[in-house]
Amino acid sequence: MSRHAADVVIVGGGLIGVWTAFFLARRKQRVVLIDKGVVGAQSSGTNFGNLRLQGRFPGQYPLSLRSQSLWEEIAALIGEDCEFARTGHLYLAYDDEERAKLEGYAQVSESHGLAIERLGPSELRKRWPWLSERAVAATFSARDATANPRLVTPAVARAARALGVTIIENSCVSDVAHSGDGFSVKTADGAHWSCGALVNAAGAWAVAIAERFGETAPIVPAGPPQFVTEPFPYLIEPSIQAIDGSVIFRQIPRGNIILAGYPRTAADPVNNRAPVPPAKTLAAMRALARVAPILAQCHVIRVWSGIEGYLPDMIPVIGPSLTMPGLFHAFGFCGHGFQIGPGVGLCLSEMIVDGATSTPLEPFSIGRFRESVAVSEKFRKEFDGA
Amino acid sequence: MPCVAEIVVVGAGPAGINAAERLCAHGHRVVLVDEGRQAGGQGYRRPSPGLDLDMAAVMGTEAGKYEALHARFARLLPQIDYRPQTLVWAVEDHVLHLVQAGVASTLRFDALVLATGAMDKIAPFPGWTLPGVFTLGGAQVALKDQGCLVGRRVAFVGSSPLLALAAAQYSKLGGKVVTIADTTPFVRKLAALPALALSPRALWRGLSYLGGAMLVGVPVLHGVTPVKVVGDGHVEALILRDRRGRERRFPCDAIALGYGLKPETQLAELAGATLRFDEAFRLWLPQCDADGRAAPGLYLAGDGAAIGGADAAEASGGLAALAVLADLGELVDEGGRLALRRRLARLRGFQKGLAKAFAWPVAQIRALPDEVMLCRCEEVRIGEIRQAMAQQLGPVEINRVKAMTRCGMGRCQGRVCGPALQEIVAGTAGIAGEQAGRLRAQAPVKPIALAVAGEAP
Repeated sequence: MSRHAADVVIVGGGLIGVWTAFFLARRKQRVVLIDKGVVGAQSSGTNFGNLRLQGRFPGQYPLSLRSQSLWEEIAALIGEDCEFARTGHLYLAYDDEERAKLEGYAQVSESHGLAIERLGPSELRKRWPWLSERAVAATFSARDATANPRLVTPAVARAARALGVTIIENSCVSDVAHSGDGFSVKTADGAHWSCGALVNAAGAWAVAIAERFGETAPIVPAGPPQFVTEPFPYLIEPSIQAIDGSVIFRQIPRGNIILAGYPRTAADPVNNRAPVPPAKTLAAMRALARVAPILAQCHVIRVWSGIEGYLPDMIPVIGPSLTMPGLFHAFGFCGHGFQIGPGVGLCLSEMIVDGATSTPLEPFSIGRFRESVAVSEKFRKEFDGA
Repeated sequence: MPCVAEIVVVGAGPAGINAAERLCAHGHRVVLVDEGRQAGGQGYRRPSPGLDLDMAAVMGTEAGKYEALHARFARLLPQIDYRPQTLVWAVEDHVLHLVQAGVASTLRFDALVLATGAMDKIAPFPGWTLPGVFTLGGAQVALKDQGCLVGRRVAFVGSSPLLALAAAQYSKLGGKVVTIADTTPFVRKLAALPALALSPRALWRGLSYLGGAMLVGVPVLHGVTPVKVVGDGHVEALILRDRRGRERRFPCDAIALGYGLKPETQLAELAGATLRFDEAFRLWLPQCDADGRAAPGLYLAGDGAAIGGADAAEASGGLAALAVLADLGELVDEGGRLALRRRLARLRGFQKGLAKAFAWPVAQIRALPDEVMLCRCEEVRIGEIRQAMAQQLGPVEINRVKAMTRCGMGRCQGRVCGPALQEIVAGTAGIAGEQAGRLRAQAPVKPIALAVAGEAP
């Protein structure tokens, strides 16, 4: 068995893991990142690609805004722009109740300094004449953006490697244990690492690591079904989401329209499968045609999904372990990890190197699962366990 | 009480028709779903209604079989639930998802016979996306379905016995064949002769087509390397290197390109078949037993199971039906079954020999220049694949290559570029074709319009 030493070992080469590796390497840490497959293979590489700011969990705004600043300079940070585009994000309401909900979101966003535009039916039709008349109100956030998830994680991993990070793909972590004043990490192919700090960014597989140290979280592995159409003349600039959760879609400059459908589908993390049932494909198609009737004859050409960890309160676990000093968790991103990924990586690097971060992360402590956690309405609505 | 099994046959070519016929003869109600407008599949395709086409001339030695199959289908029609122009776009848990006349529906089954046929296997070369370049099968469809020639002066390029067959059909209907240019050297064809002798009749038929073409002075070349298609907005000439390395130019206004056939395996994969990489065909092929069983309740027949041609399709359709019947606990004619198995093994063995005699040009594909377009749908060039694979943490597995480059992500879902992509990935990574992995099938297997899903509740 080969034995090596590092300052930090990161388990999980998703977006969170690679950004954490990148920022740690910038602080001169010797970092090893291990993934059971290849970097960015699961939901980090298969998500919708939305960098949405409006409508987030209120306690997440400091982190979200800090993360967006990193996204906005991604080309300077890692040398590739990963199709980052400031497209804006449009939230649609179909009735008065939904309009009130939008207004609530808008006020929270504004209290954190985000500019929100409120649109009535006539302005909506003027700016996006192809939108169906069902939408009675909308809010638009111009700072929201999109990027290509297929490209980002490998690009950040390359930048991290250029800074000296050791990236090990296709290697399963077989054991993690406390050892001396740090950790011992073993892989199934016989490597053995000792390190001072350990980052658990193993996504849907993270709870197994937490449980080694007497902590847990009720994670649900699921895959958000995603769909894409053939190219259609470019007309949809912002990403557009119905607040009832029925559909979210965006068009890339090449013309294809990407849409995500709900509810999410339970995934199989053992066999690494996140199926997209045909009924969900049809449901997403109906939902899109309802918002944008002009697309009725546009064809869906492909579907995909990827496994992600969800938690019943629909917010992630980010921060230090409460049972083991030196262990840091970042998992269970519940379908909104893409936007906060760089911010989470930066905060974790600060916690590890400086002992603290200026960004408030208390709501994301794993400690909340010591007691029973209320199941969020979003969790109930967006899963069907099918 | 008699058990009424829901039996669905997908594909109304010779395999599907034979399967449906035999199942009906045993008193079963059969649903026959077909994407085509008329039964017959690709090989026995009927002309559009109202088109007066001399099919005896088009079909040549196979005219008798063509007429016989359509006559049998006409007799079968009143006994079955026949659904033409119906796309099966997904299979999940013994349910087929269909689109017919712009409306989505589902169809449950206990037993599913997939006779989904095959499509052209294409190797790209410089200029192959220029208007006027057709697949060989496409050139035949234009002829049989519409009575049209794809051009007046047509070059037939690739490696396949069907090049000569199609050239003969074109020649009969007034097209000028400027060359039949095959990439496999003649000596390699001779080496495959023992395997081909398994079916002397088919061999003779192929040679007679070739002979027919030679008689009218068509240059028939072996061991060529396609260099490029030239033309300003449309095909004007084919340039190739002959076996001695001389560059030759054939002025033409159309090119028919084909390297044999590739089974349509997407539905089989979605329905639970296991796929394995076949070294002779260099394709991922579904695994089934001698009678076509691929998974519980799943039976494969015809060229969609293994390339064998129309005669093999008829035999395998019959065998698949017998397997369905046997699995339903019915008594089947054992002697007939054994005879069909022998016949099928011989015909498919012959096709395996053909795959050696008319080889997929692995070395030529791997040596293609960077600027050649590989994925037409997403406009991805070979150089982009090589570049993506060469970078740090670059992909070495075909689905990952697709994710990074978009190659195979478009309308055809890699059905056209897949086999060539397999060679580019394996060649660039220096690994065996099989290790490059397999482009996974996903529903919808063909594009479906949003409108088919209907109104939201």
